[in-house]
Amino acid sequence: MTSIRSIDRFEYRAPGSLDETLDILKTSGTDAKVLAGGTDLILQMKQGLIRPSLVVDVKKVPELNRLEWDEVGGLHVGAVVPLNKLATFPAILERYNILAQACSVIGSAQVRNRGTMAGNICNAAPSADSAPALLCLGAGAVVASSNGARSIDLNDFFVAPGETAIGDGELMVEIEVPTPPPHSAGCYIRHTTREEMDIAVVGVASFLTLSPQDKTLKEARIALGAVAPTPVRAHGAEAFLTGKSVTPDIIEEVAEKAAAEANPISDLRGSAEYRRELVRVLVRRTLRESCSELGLIE
Amino acid sequence: MKIKVNGQDYEITVEPGRTLLDILRYELRLTGTKEGCGTGSCGSCTVLLDGEAVNSCLVFAIEVEGKEITTIEGLSQQGKLHPLQQAFIDEGAVQCGFCTPGVILTAKAFLDSNPHPTELEIRQAIAGNLCRCTGYDKIVRAIMSATNS
Ligand SMILES: Cc1cc2nc3c(=O)[nH]c(=O)nc-3n(C[C@H](O)[C@H](O)[C@H](O)COP(=O)(O)OP(=O)(O)OC[C@H]3O[C@@H](n4cnc5c(N)ncnc54)[C@H](O)[C@@H]3O)c2cc1C
Ligand code: FES
Ligand code: FES
Repeated sequence: MTSIRSIDRFEYRAPGSLDETLDILKTSGTDAKVLAGGTDLILQMKQGLIRPSLVVDVKKVPELNRLEWDEVGGLHVGAVVPLNKLATFPAILERYNILAQACSVIGSAQVRNRGTMAGNICNAAPSADSAPALLCLGAGAVVASSNGARSIDLNDFFVAPGETAIGDGELMVEIEVPTPPPHSAGCYIRHTTREEMDIAVVGVASFLTLSPQDKTLKEARIALGAVAPTPVRAHGAEAFLTGKSVTPDIIEEVAEKAAAEANPISDLRGSAEYRRELVRVLVRRTLRESCSELGLIE
Repeated sequence: MKIKVNGQDYEITVEPGRTLLDILRYELRLTGTKEGCGTGSCGSCTVLLDGEAVNSCLVFAIEVEGKEITTIEGLSQQGKLHPLQQAFIDEGAVQCGFCTPGVILTAKAFLDSNPHPTELEIRQAIAGNLCRCTGYDKIVRAIMSATNS
């Protein structure tokens, strides 16, 4: 158990507009922190891991509360929308099954009532449960600063544990997720030592798009959590699978390749060899599930 | 700042670093809300924030300005226990009682959104509440019986 201490003095601001927020972030020092649900940030402050002099609570910024979907524009998840809202949002349930699965395993009901997807990826834990699903779906992060806005492809977002491509003075506004193409299916499965309320030992998301004419795979995406310093795609395994028609042997081979690509460490939750084995098992399971949803296997 | 707890308005001065849990227990003296882990893991500090269950140990008091908080002290009405509280007594779902306020509030928020849950749904809903004593079966039974009353 980590020791809990009282939190050092800091200034608290809760701006009501995006402009005001970006102004604050522009002039604040590098030890300012953005506060969304606080389920990572407040804990880290209590543990003395970070001691920000300024905390900017962005929950009142209207742009960050957006949750919308349309066919062309895709899904827009504002940076302060709590995870519990995602798991009941009709468009997510109907079209982004993989994302609903990932968000609903994070923490407890209490954690999901506060915690956000933006906070999950900004915190950039290698085990962040929403990351593999977002990587598979081709998501991007819209970030803004007083100089304007830009979109960061999630493939370029994670830099190191706890470190992202968000620059000083930048704020994440929302996460954009394109509408999944027709004839696609995906699935996220994580392994934990306990059933609930635990951090993933390994998490795997797979996402497949079928060419309906010849039943080969037009595109295959596989993303892995907790087996490298950041959430990662298994590019080699993806390339091997793309263009093929799926057989049990091929699934086996892809799982093997993904396991070989993983670069896990040993820690309290599991050894490197155990994690590699889990990658193999979970890639196989997520692929089987996606394939059966596409009607390719029983 | 202004804060509304169990229907009553309070005006208090708080340091930004103090948690909602801290304020409830030590400023407002509502000690029904318990601190177990202080890290979001045990659920004993659960309160309702605008009707939703949250861990008050991971919320700064200053974040809830203008919002409504319900603690275990606010559940009974005119001296009559809430059906969930009565069910916990009737089913013997309380041993040391440390986890009980948090479990009951989590269950209340859950039943408000899902009045006729299955046993599995109840177990998932209270996954964020640890109990060292009862082994959960009686807790689940109590919540189940409260749905029937
Ligand atoms: C008991 C418990 C269980 C948990 N279980 C899981 C789990 O199973 N899986 C999992 O993946 N995580 C888990 N977590 C971690 C955490 O709940 C999630 O990562 C959550 O999604 C974080 O979101 P938040 O809104 O609370 O982030 P915050 O704590 O508010 O912020 C996290 C970080 O992101 C930064 N940030 C937030 N918003 C922005 C923004 N808009 N722009 C720029 N930076 C921003 C903050 O400055 C901070 O550094 C758990 C935490 C607890 C306490
Ligand atoms: S004291 Fe808040 S969850 Fe344990
Ligand atoms: S009754 Fe003792 S912890 Fe639950």
